[in-house]
Amino acid sequence: MSKEVKVLGAWPSPFVMRPRIALHLKSVDHEFVEETMHPKSELLLKSNPVHKKIPVLLHNDKPVCESLIIVEYIDEAFPSGPSILPSDAYDRAVHRFWAAYIDDKWFPSLQGTAKAQTEEAKAAALEETSQGLSLIEDAFVKCSQGKAFFGGDSIGYLDIAFGSYLGWLRVTEKTNNIELLSKEKTPNLLAWADKFCAHDSVKDYMPETAKLAEFAKMIFARFKAAAAST
Amino acid sequence: MANELVLLDFWPSPFGMRVRIALAEKEVEYEYRDEDLKNKSEFLLKMNPVHKKIPVLVHNNKPINESLIIVQYIDEVWSDKKPLLPSDPHQRAVARFWADFVDKKIYDSGRKVWTSKDAEQEAAKKEFIENLKVLEAELGDKAYFGGDTFGYVDVAFIPFYSWFYAYEKLGNFSIEESCPKIIEWAKRCLQRETVAKALPDQNKVYDFILMLKKAYGI
Repeated sequence: MSKEVKVLGAWPSPFVMRPRIALHLKSVDHEFVEETMHPKSELLLKSNPVHKKIPVLLHNDKPVCESLIIVEYIDEAFPSGPSILPSDAYDRAVHRFWAAYIDDKWFPSLQGTAKAQTEEAKAAALEETSQGLSLIEDAFVKCSQGKAFFGGDSIGYLDIAFGSYLGWLRVTEKTNNIELLSKEKTPNLLAWADKFCAHDSVKDYMPETAKLAEFAKMIFARFKAAAAST
Repeated sequence: MANELVLLDFWPSPFGMRVRIALAEKEVEYEYRDEDLKNKSEFLLKMNPVHKKIPVLVHNNKPINESLIIVQYIDEVWSDKKPLLPSDPHQRAVARFWADFVDKKIYDSGRKVWTSKDAEQEAAKKEFIENLKVLEAELGDKAYFGGDTFGYVDVAFIPFYSWFYAYEKLGNFSIEESCPKIIEWAKRCLQRETVAKALPDQNKVYDFILMLKKAYGI
């Protein structure tokens, strides 16, 4: 059976990292097709006509869209190899809950720190981001049950969901000269973050903080220029 | 071990309706509790401290939150009856995609219709209909979103039908005119007892929204 697998994406995107990590965990080779985004390629527009966003997974030319949906698909389509979602239904519900919280609430607060127009707004966004991290720290303790990862002994769905944001989290720390993950407030997440980034299935896809910071500078300059011209 | 199920819900909530439908499809008994959202119970705050929202399904004292996560949980625990998600991984991914689309697009664009007026409302109506048309295109000529059988995407989307009458009256437009296949599909779903029992009367929903508008001064 042909296992032609492609990921359409871009290196700075945390969402794009997710399917790549999942495929690596399953020992499934894939072709990475770097999207230009401006303009969007024919292939992207054809594969994701509804949202026109990356990542898109193409498995034997059949598209799967939305990063966490892609991760679940990879877990189910490649059943040999370590499980990405927990085996217990309740644990699955808990992991899905936290992944949704991280995507819907936490990441927007992190983004808020970059979009803030005033120092007050930025401070508020940083505080909100910090508070969110405390919740995630508690979730880590409950989910890991003393082990190294959210998923236990090996990385799983929730590690991938949250870990994919570490590059951008570190850029935010650097840019604002602040510690978001710290020994005092989030000791478990701090330790976990290093282990996650060093993991075999992650290290090839995690962008270097310095490179990502340069990229961030460039797009923020673009945002500011666009805002100024309106 | 006893299978103790409590559903913390609020009768007009489309998200709560999803859970009611899923539990009914699986023929599972549960205790329904209607929450007063202006005066949330201690129990709700304890079961969903992060979002403090309904629905919450409490199974043997363990809470499950977020309606689509709850529906998937129900489907997985009571897997012997009426499966809601298909078994093929690609079809499952497609079903999850469309349920996610409903989550991202339908509630917010519908809400804009009844909370705005004049030019803003015209824009909101346009956006709402556009979103419905995308769903209509996906439905195509199928009986249900998944094909011949009632399933996950239908459960995710059908609750919003109970709000359509209110949107139409408050927006002064006809959804059927623009999206006849969606209405046909909705009426087909309503022939199922599980759906008919889970959805409130559309006039009650309309009255509820009128009350909300008054309370918010919209």
